[in-house]
Amino acid sequence: MKKIFIALALIGIIILSAVTFLTTGSYEPTRLMKLKEEYPQKYSPSADHKKFAVLQKKFSRPQEVTEACLSCHTETHKEVMQSNHWNWEREEYINGRGIVSIGKKNVVNNFCIGIEGNEQSCAKCHIGYGMTNQGFSYTDSKNIDCLVCHDNSETYVKGNELAGLPEPSLDLNLISQSVGKPLRSNCGVCHFFGGGGNNIKHGDLEKSMFEPSRDVDVHMAVEGANLQCIDCHTTEKHNISGKMYSLSSMNRNRSSCEQCHTENPHEAGILNEHTVKVACQTCHIPTYAKVNATKTSWDWSTAGKLRNGEPYEEDDADGNHIYLSIKGSFEWGKNLKPDYVWFNGTADHYLLGEVFDDTTRALKINTLNGSYNDLDSKIIPVKIHRAVQPFDPILKVLIQPKLFADKKGEGAFWQDFDWRRSSEIGMKEINVPFSGEVGFIKTEMYWPINHMVSTKELTVQCNECHTREKSRLANLTDFYMPARDYSSIIEITGVSIILLTVFGIFIHGSIRIFSSRKMKKERSK
Amino acid sequence: MKKQVYIYKAFERFWHWTQAILILFLAATGFEIHGSIKFFGYQNAVEYHNIAAYSFIVLIIFAIFWHFTTGEWKQYLPTLKNIKAQIDFYLAGIFRNAPHPTKRTVLSKLNPLQRLVYLGLKILVIPVMVISGLLYMFYRYPQKDGGIEVLNINSIEPIALLHTLGAFLLIAFLITHLYLITTGTTITSNLKAMITGFEETEVEGKVQVQEQEKKQGQEEKILADDLLS
Repeated sequence: MKKIFIALALIGIIILSAVTFLTTGSYEPTRLMKLKEEYPQKYSPSADHKKFAVLQKKFSRPQEVTEACLSCHTETHKEVMQSNHWNWEREEYINGRGIVSIGKKNVVNNFCIGIEGNEQSCAKCHIGYGMTNQGFSYTDSKNIDCLVCHDNSETYVKGNELAGLPEPSLDLNLISQSVGKPLRSNCGVCHFFGGGGNNIKHGDLEKSMFEPSRDVDVHMAVEGANLQCIDCHTTEKHNISGKMYSLSSMNRNRSSCEQCHTENPHEAGILNEHTVKVACQTCHIPTYAKVNATKTSWDWSTAGKLRNGEPYEEDDADGNHIYLSIKGSFEWGKNLKPDYVWFNGTADHYLLGEVFDDTTRALKINTLNGSYNDLDSKIIPVKIHRAVQPFDPILKVLIQPKLFADKKGEGAFWQDFDWRRSSEIGMKEINVPFSGEVGFIKTEMYWPINHMVSTKELTVQCNECHTREKSRLANLTDFYMPARDYSSIIEITGVSIILLTVFGIFIHGSIRIFSSRKMKKERSK
Repeated sequence: MKKQVYIYKAFERFWHWTQAILILFLAATGFEIHGSIKFFGYQNAVEYHNIAAYSFIVLIIFAIFWHFTTGEWKQYLPTLKNIKAQIDFYLAGIFRNAPHPTKRTVLSKLNPLQRLVYLGLKILVIPVMVISGLLYMFYRYPQKDGGIEVLNINSIEPIALLHTLGAFLLIAFLITHLYLITTGTTITSNLKAMITGFEETEVEGKVQVQEQEKKQGQEEKILADDLLS
């Protein structure tokens, strides 16, 4: 009895000490209570724009609306004209390059390549009026398009190829009287359609996000917190936080999950430990392009085929273009598992006119910096967009062709389908020498996936990464990860030792059985 | 005649069986963490493995205390005496039903080979597993702020590989151990002894046994005194 008591006491002590050891984690719950107090308070604006006399008079031009805005918000244009949305350019420090001014002027992408020479059309997504191929006055505050961000009537639309001006048919008075804080629809009208159509570029930002369900995005879900873009992309003086690493290079002014959720939001310490090296998005965005497909590859080299002298298009069953004479062939993907890369918040870019040597490997249009050994790096999910796009095989530079023109004969590829001519004109506009030869090169572009956060039930499970086969992180080979990695020498040694042991026991045991039988027989004789 | 000898004390049996369960459980959860099997679910495997590891460490602390306060640690002092006889027994004598070359007694419950192997486990394999295991749990990625710098390790790889190798060796030990417990007087006599504490031994005469015990006890005392002085 005494012994049993002692044994039980010992087991008790062992379990108690184990539990005490394990419960001392650094659990810092999300600032949920605070947020819950904050968000039910309905925001009520301090002014009703319907009552302003200046917004009653009939507007004939959108610039008049801007003047009306600035008559009360007298200094706001200064903030706006500092912003990236206005300048499409900013000074950035890039490791190895120093301080460079980068933006849509000198950075290309592997979708429609670039805006230079195509401004008339691209300006549909600029927060200004009157950006044409001839240029734009960045100092004229009347050209600020206040409405594209602040229209709350959801009726404001910029026209196609109108240099950033709105559709002429709009009721600018009604729209100007509706203004308020930007809604998802204000941001989405450009950011969901980058690349010339829904979800072409990002993969995690597309039209289903106007009114997303909980399955699509747990934060913006209409039946849930119904967060607007600017709830996370906090904004001070028209400077909106959050980076697009297709263009940005520096680790500053970022928008992060930790703003609300802290760095140790899990109850299980083992999960919080992961946050040192793994970004929240990596586990909490298991798939992207959940509702509509996103473009995964773009082959410019097939562009220019005509039927009966006319450009044509081919669509897949879901209505996605798979071929356009003006743009080439496309591939699309839906419900995609992201790729994963190390990222420390800084990026590098291919800048227009830059010469590259290796034309056999895919050229990285943007490079997300980071590695396992870098203290600032975390694993993030990305969409990799692959393309085959025009380059100069002699001078080894990417080509910025002139794509858009409103009529034939100006050399624009989308009208005349002449690579050589459109490249010549395009390269002249950006002042980069052109040999006259047009080749095609593989390129890659990296788009961090930050939206379409899933509910916790759908979070990536441990063994989707910690597994020998088909690990989500199979491509990140610069570190040892339990369950994925092993040393074949140790595996072979270990298994051999065990097999030899078993074999030895089998032999020894067999001889024992055999000899004892023999002895029994002898004895019975 | 038969004699019941009380070999394994209560704590010793408790320690042995708890250790056995813990090692089996650590092996199962450990090889799941290693990616060899799937059973508990990965996160559970990690958490259970950690709990079992802490329990094991507590048990080891108790065991060390017990070994030193009772003097049982002397059981593991290696001896070359009879080692050849013991090897000969396993390689030949056992097949002829020859008697064990060493008699198990309270004061000398381990044969020379056991002494060597268990000492190896106690001072090499188990400490390597405990230390690499603790490092595995408490190592930190180098971080800009905070953390114990000593524990900042650039790669978990060498620790993980060492821990894995140790696990393979323990499994090999476990298999051998399970087989060798069948080599007692009868197939189950060793197992019974570890459960009840008593081993039934066939002896020729009481006096002889007592003398042998006495002799062995004296030898150990001399050896121990030598070591302590």
